[in-house]
Amino acid sequence: MSNSHGTDLNVHAATGDEPVFPLPPHHHRLTDTDPRAAKRAERQIATMFILSALGMVGFVVAYVMVPTTSYLDLGPVGVLQTSNLLLGLTFGTATLLIGVAAIHWAKKLMADEEIIDHRHPVGSTDEDREEALAAFNAGVAESGFAERPLLRRTLIAALALFPIPLIVLLKDMGPLPGDSLRHTIWRKGSRIVIDVSGQPLRPEDMSVGSLVSASPADLNDIQEAEGNQNARAKASIILVRMKPGEIVSEQGEGWSYQGILAFSKICTHVGCPIALYQQRTHHLLCPCHQSTFDLADSGAVVFGPAARRMPQLPITVDNEGYLVAQSDFHEPVGPSFWERP
Amino acid sequence: MTSTSVRRHKATGLVVLLAGLVTTGIGYAAVTSTAEASVPQASQGQLDQGHQIFLEGCATCHGLAAQGSSDGPSLIGVGAAAVDFQVSTGRMPLAAPDNQAPQKAVVYTADQISALAAYVASLGPGPSIPSASDVSTTDAELAEGGVLFRTNCAQCHNFAGRGGALSDGKYAPSMMNATPTQMYEAMLTGPQNMPVFNDKTMPPAQKQAIIKYIKNLQQAQAPGGLALGSYGPVTEGVFIWTAGIGALLAAAVWIGAKVR
Repeated sequence: MSNSHGTDLNVHAATGDEPVFPLPPHHHRLTDTDPRAAKRAERQIATMFILSALGMVGFVVAYVMVPTTSYLDLGPVGVLQTSNLLLGLTFGTATLLIGVAAIHWAKKLMADEEIIDHRHPVGSTDEDREEALAAFNAGVAESGFAERPLLRRTLIAALALFPIPLIVLLKDMGPLPGDSLRHTIWRKGSRIVIDVSGQPLRPEDMSVGSLVSASPADLNDIQEAEGNQNARAKASIILVRMKPGEIVSEQGEGWSYQGILAFSKICTHVGCPIALYQQRTHHLLCPCHQSTFDLADSGAVVFGPAARRMPQLPITVDNEGYLVAQSDFHEPVGPSFWERP
Repeated sequence: MTSTSVRRHKATGLVVLLAGLVTTGIGYAAVTSTAEASVPQASQGQLDQGHQIFLEGCATCHGLAAQGSSDGPSLIGVGAAAVDFQVSTGRMPLAAPDNQAPQKAVVYTADQISALAAYVASLGPGPSIPSASDVSTTDAELAEGGVLFRTNCAQCHNFAGRGGALSDGKYAPSMMNATPTQMYEAMLTGPQNMPVFNDKTMPPAQKQAIIKYIKNLQQAQAPGGLALGSYGPVTEGVFIWTAGIGALLAAAVWIGAKVR
């Protein structure tokens, strides 16, 4: 084995030209010089392949034999499903061993030659270049491109207009949003109902410190008619109640009712729904990028990347005593968009 | 002989049935009436004991008459539920004035806590400590609890109830060790920065469903493998960026290393 490798060192000499940067002298691996080391490496690699095969068999056995209801308590690591643990361990180890064995094989036993691959200039020869240029000029002369300006100009015009149909087709990507980004389904008299339960709310239902996630009563009907959840994405609100004396400012005169304030639930930064309301400080925190709004002070941004205050929904009660909206939001909810910096 | 003849009488079955119904009815009425009582009756001795504990342990911040001071809020009208929650979880007496009252070892015994709760409840009407039947989850819907949990709780307490960060060093605590009574009291009273979920905006049946869901989370196992604390992308990201990429780097170094 070592003999066959002895000739490898002469490879670069055999090409005839001496390398500009000569390679350091080549050291033989232990497996090249010692047949016992080579045999040992061979055994190691074979063992890994056999273990890999056993792992694959183990995977099938684990898949068939281990019930998915059994769990293994690994102390501080946690309680893990035995089946998934065994499936992962057997298949993962088996796959890893194929790779490790292949690399071990390549590193220890496959030919260890150092070969020089010479670089050559990539440019064409001068003759080839002149020939190509002559052919091109002959083509231009034969086509009459230079002598027939009418053809030249009409060709340029045709090519210039070629992309226009492709651009026009972009219109099919959907109707423009129009003013839908500026409005929600809230309108004068929309009754406010609690999210999930759909229960309408009276002011006396809320205590100071209460937080309620709410939506308009007709949301489900509109959602069904439109066939999507766009309405929900914009109309979600939270209601909070604080002592009337704690309200520093509001976005409009008389927009709250006995200390109950309604705000959009959608962050004005990139539109995460937020309800991390801290009832002592009246701060509303967005978990995505930590924008913080002071609901007692017109929903003003007190921290974070949000550029706009949280829109407030003006509310009042109807003649049955339930909380309703006075109108839609007076500014667009959710993140800023192109036409509304 | 007489007893045998009575037992064999045709009406015996009917009498026994009636007696059973009446007993059950009275028993049920007794149980439900205690469950619905808003102000538990406390003895004068208990109130005195509670007052004494209040003066020793609470009045420094909450004021001698529980009227509140610059260091602590008024306790008039907070009810027994708030006292039971704050003291039985070790949040009160406060470790140090800070943005958040951390949980620590409970200072008072159960008797002392109920005396203190009775005293504070006697200062003004407020939510009382929920009874065993209030926090019973046998009739609760687990799936409904999940929907309510994700709508009302998960934003702060994390999808798996492990808690999460708020602003200025405040945080929503983990629910992994909370008892059903403590969960109910927390929803009812809104401790610290937690909003109040009273019985009007969140009826007792919904609270029980949420409690059932949290109890389910507390016992949840990890079929998918290491939960890494169930904190989501933070711990998972740290793990894969250190352990995962570390393993890839080690493999690359090994593959590229020169063989001797």
